[in-house]
Amino acid sequence: MSLETSSSLGRDAWLRLRANRMSMISLFILIGIAFVSIFGPALSSYDYDQQNLDRVFESPGKDHIFGTDNLGRDLFARTTYGGRISLAVGLLATVVSLVIGVSYGMFSGYIGGRIDTWMMRAVDVLYALPFTIFVILLMVLFGRNFLLLFIAIGAVEWLTMARITRAQTMNLKKSEFIEAARALGYSHGRILFRHLLPNLIGPIIVYATLTVPAVMLLEAVLSFLGLGIQAPMSSWGSLIKEGAEKMDAAPWLLLFPGIFFCLSLFALNFLGDGLRDALDPKSSKD
Amino acid sequence: MVFEMPSIQNRPRTKIMGNLDIQNLKVSFHTREGIIHAVDGVDLSIKPGEIVGLVGESGSGKSVTCNSVLKLLPVPPARIEKGQIEWSGKDLIDHDEQNMQAIRGKEISMIFQDPMSCLNPYLSVLEQVAEPLVIHGMASLEDARKQASEMLVNVGVQRVVDHPHAYPHEFSGGMRQRAMIAMALVTKPSLLLADEPTTALDVTVQAKVLSILKTLCTDLGVSVLFVSHDLGLVAELADRVVVMYRGKVVEQNHTGSIFSNPQHPYVKALIACRPTLESNPVRLPTVDDFMNPKTGKEEALEKLVAPSLNLDSQETLLQVENLVVEFPTEDGPVRAVDGASLMIRKGSTHGLVGESGSGKTTLGRSILHLAQLMSGSILYQGKPINLDHPDDRSKFRKSMQIIFQDPYASLNPRLTIEQTLLEPMKVHGIGSSRKERIERVINLLEEVGLGEEYLHRYPHEFSGGQRQRICVARALTTEPEFIVCDECVSAMDVSVQAQVLNLLRSLQASRNLTYLFISHDLGVVKFMSDEISVMQNGKIVENGLADDLYRSPKSDYTRKLLNSIPLANRSANFQINRPSV
Repeated sequence: MSLETSSSLGRDAWLRLRANRMSMISLFILIGIAFVSIFGPALSSYDYDQQNLDRVFESPGKDHIFGTDNLGRDLFARTTYGGRISLAVGLLATVVSLVIGVSYGMFSGYIGGRIDTWMMRAVDVLYALPFTIFVILLMVLFGRNFLLLFIAIGAVEWLTMARITRAQTMNLKKSEFIEAARALGYSHGRILFRHLLPNLIGPIIVYATLTVPAVMLLEAVLSFLGLGIQAPMSSWGSLIKEGAEKMDAAPWLLLFPGIFFCLSLFALNFLGDGLRDALDPKSSKD
Repeated sequence: MVFEMPSIQNRPRTKIMGNLDIQNLKVSFHTREGIIHAVDGVDLSIKPGEIVGLVGESGSGKSVTCNSVLKLLPVPPARIEKGQIEWSGKDLIDHDEQNMQAIRGKEISMIFQDPMSCLNPYLSVLEQVAEPLVIHGMASLEDARKQASEMLVNVGVQRVVDHPHAYPHEFSGGMRQRAMIAMALVTKPSLLLADEPTTALDVTVQAKVLSILKTLCTDLGVSVLFVSHDLGLVAELADRVVVMYRGKVVEQNHTGSIFSNPQHPYVKALIACRPTLESNPVRLPTVDDFMNPKTGKEEALEKLVAPSLNLDSQETLLQVENLVVEFPTEDGPVRAVDGASLMIRKGSTHGLVGESGSGKTTLGRSILHLAQLMSGSILYQGKPINLDHPDDRSKFRKSMQIIFQDPYASLNPRLTIEQTLLEPMKVHGIGSSRKERIERVINLLEEVGLGEEYLHRYPHEFSGGQRQRICVARALTTEPEFIVCDECVSAMDVSVQAQVLNLLRSLQASRNLTYLFISHDLGVVKFMSDEISVMQNGKIVENGLADDLYRSPKSDYTRKLLNSIPLANRSANFQINRPSV
């Protein structure tokens, strides 16, 4: 994250991350889930939208290893296909919100004064907009679009990120090492990216790992309202929602997407913790 | 240091004349990095009515010893391994939390260092001072308030008489610390534990608070354990001094004997390495000198009186005229610097002394254009400073540097020492290749007394003194002519302070540097400076040669500052003529 400078910080961080067993396990789990999501639909002999009304609600077995749903669609194909969308929405929207939020908050906090006040009032106004109405508006204006989902979710999630970053920046701005950097004649850009940003990484990563699950759930809510992913396409969120409705009759419909969802969230959280520690030179090297 | 004290009405009361006896106390901290033996076999006793000073540098275990008496240690990680803390016949180590609560504040009270955070901001001061009496069932609420009010008047907080509902934020730091003293003494305890109670205060306020503390405790017959890092300060107050070093008591004796005849090399070092107002050696002795045999060369330097610079022959490097700096606040602008003028000669050290809030730090920063000036002019080598053109700006930034007070906050924790020191050279295009720059960095590290092996470490791996050396090295990367030292040794133990001061002096000699040396400590400023300016409320009240200013101060304020310095810190040959108890 700290651009040109990070050769040694990056290497140290990787060494420290490698020593953290939970983080490494999490990293492998995430890679595994991503792998299954990318190649799973191709490996399965069924398509995610292929219906077979003769074999509805079939429990997990030889033909359908995760079972089938109420329209006889193969759950394995649907879960892995849904993983693509959920992971993509979760990670991309988080990255979008990080980029917007961190740069906005850092800029606002660093400049301070009247500009900061106005920038933060703008954030307050956006906060006040009801999320669903905002998304419906976008849909009406631009039509239903997969990309819009990222934008809509990213556009809401960056607000909190901006506030957190701003508060941290204002604290750090007063530190003597920032003042020393000014006294040494460093440019504002250099101070922002080389001296401020690396010191913001801790809270940013923690918040980012919390944002990913929030985004995935938001996507499920949108899909439920008919604004997100539409059947026959699937996502973990929408699969869990369907599964929860038919929990008594066919628990596997909830179980398998749920396992995937929970595993990724757990792995993300542990990886986030590990990254935060690894990127902090103060954490011990053992 | 004579203040009129209202006499205490002696109420009839029954009091346990406590006798504190600590025997072979061992306290350790169990952390992830391992076990730290903070207190390692300490014996200490306080007789009724005695004032005992406990002196040591940070990390010596003095506060831990003090806190373990009332069992205020954080458990875990702290653990009392061994020993006895006998208080009027009972061993406090066996006491459970409930029994301790009956003793805390009633028989033994405590005062802490930071007056700003010791009072609850949501309760009025009177209420808080009265609270211990009510809690220990010593008085009814009404009676407690009356007693609290009396005690507050005794410590000089008159304000509560007319404003019984005044809250802590309405008081200054000194007044809050007085209120803390009132709160600790309102129950008339037999023992008062005071942990660095005046360290956060200005010298003049410190002198007042100390004299109040001493008079009250003597009147009430309270024995005191006074913990401090400042041996000179303790000498003002204590009958007996106990010196701690690395968790052990290295020496204890009557205050007079400690100064006239110190036994342990560490105690000798503590007395010797304070810069005093009277002496002016080229080099200050350091603790290492006493622990290890020193070379003849260094010893000679310590005896040598620093040659005074012939100031008239030096050209003017920096001229500040009528500088005004304002900060906007909600209640309108506040003038931090109000028409200050000073002149700094090349190769000299100009000291700037003042209490907190006097504007000295703002003045230093505005010279470097780190604070916005309102009016006035700053001429550097006869020319105004122009920051508009990038070339001029780079030249200006290269030639002027600053070293800050807190070495912990002034290094970027995410950069290695190598990165921190290379960056200014990269930005200003010093050195043609990376190899050449690294060579320069290594030379600089050696110049400040650190080695090549530290290059790839991060700031948190260093001690405070080492970090300040790194800050000095960073300031030197651009080969400046002028350095502002903003309270750069204030947060340090005397032994480390002596090392950094010696370093700054020898660098000045070898590189012909000019310093603006800002500090609240007159002794340190006197040691470093050729000329001194005294600042009060944003104005410079006195300007002059260091020796003249000390011998014949012209302004009342300077005189007051000088008189507030503990006697032992004024002269190297300090003797106490106090009958030993």
